[in-house]
Amino acid sequence: MRSRDAVALIALVLLGSFMIMSVLPLANMIRPFGEPVNPEMDDYIITHAQNETGANNAVTSVVFDYRGFDTLGEATVLFTAVAGVILILRRYAHG
Amino acid sequence: MDETSKIIKTVSSVMFPFVTIYGLYVILHGHLTPGGGFQGGAIVASGCALLVVAFGSDAIAKRVKESQLSLLESIGALGFISLAFVGIATTFFYNSLAGTKFLFGRIPPYGSNPGYLSSGGLLPLMNLAVGTKVIAGLFAIVLILAIATRKKGGRSK
Amino acid sequence: MIYNIPYIAVIILIMVGLYAVVFKRNIIKMVMGITIIESGVNLFLVTLGYRAGGVAPIFTNLPEERQIPGQLVLPIPQALTLTSIVIGVAVLALMLALAIQIYRQYKTLDVTKIRRLKE
Repeated sequence: MRSRDAVALIALVLLGSFMIMSVLPLANMIRPFGEPVNPEMDDYIITHAQNETGANNAVTSVVFDYRGFDTLGEATVLFTAVAGVILILRRYAHG
Repeated sequence: MDETSKIIKTVSSVMFPFVTIYGLYVILHGHLTPGGGFQGGAIVASGCALLVVAFGSDAIAKRVKESQLSLLESIGALGFISLAFVGIATTFFYNSLAGTKFLFGRIPPYGSNPGYLSSGGLLPLMNLAVGTKVIAGLFAIVLILAIATRKKGGRSK
Repeated sequence: MIYNIPYIAVIILIMVGLYAVVFKRNIIKMVMGITIIESGVNLFLVTLGYRAGGVAPIFTNLPEERQIPGQLVLPIPQALTLTSIVIGVAVLALMLALAIQIYRQYKTLDVTKIRRLKE
């Protein structure tokens, strides 16, 4: 048990140090904070969302209009979770 | 089962309408201000969770059955899908109500504006449908978790 | 260096969550660790979409001097983060329901004592 804990701790420390190293500026693996990569599609959405959907909130127009299928899947996941919780716990609630 | 004190019950009864109205405001103004169906539904469901904590799960379960909540959630999901089918003449999820003369059909002027409630096309209706769904779903989850973790245990055991 | 601080916060959150998942024995604490990892991932998504000096992409009462595409943050990562948060709530509810079921079955929440699966 003790040796397994030591191995897990070493693995965690290694993973954390690799992630820290990848973020440092000298590694040059990630764009600095505040300069997003490839924002052309977002620029199109910000520019055209008001005329195309009529909504002031660009995030709402992405959630319900441009990426509506994504929200459909999300609603399905929520429905499935409620069904699963009721299925698991129903016999404790009503006998 | 331990009863909560009178202070908790009174304050929750007073706070519950305000929490509900704030959540409905967040749902209804989802296309103008930060928020939307999911966030406002979570606010209203947290108000319902306040009632469950204050009055006990048995008193709430006498009034509300989770089968009713499940039915309400199904109504919200079906409303969302049928609103998506409204624009099927062009594509699925096409916002066919924007730019027309009907309710919610107004196109706001480009750039900064004070915000008009009657704009956004199908988006406010979809916000309402998803808000109904999230209220019912989260309240059902909270209610059945509270019922299943009572002190006495379920009637079957 | 200073402008990579949010990424380091993401790494700290994920590491704290992984520590709780790997080393804790109580199931409730492991569920809390999974939720902390999920918060780290959500923060990572929002951080990727930030644009220097930007405000939220909402045109209601936006200040007039803002340049329209240039000084607003990206909307798509925020929408995906919204999806991720709702899915996280669903997964959390399922995990807690299974934890309640395990407690009813074995009368304990210690993962080293739930090993006796044959009974």
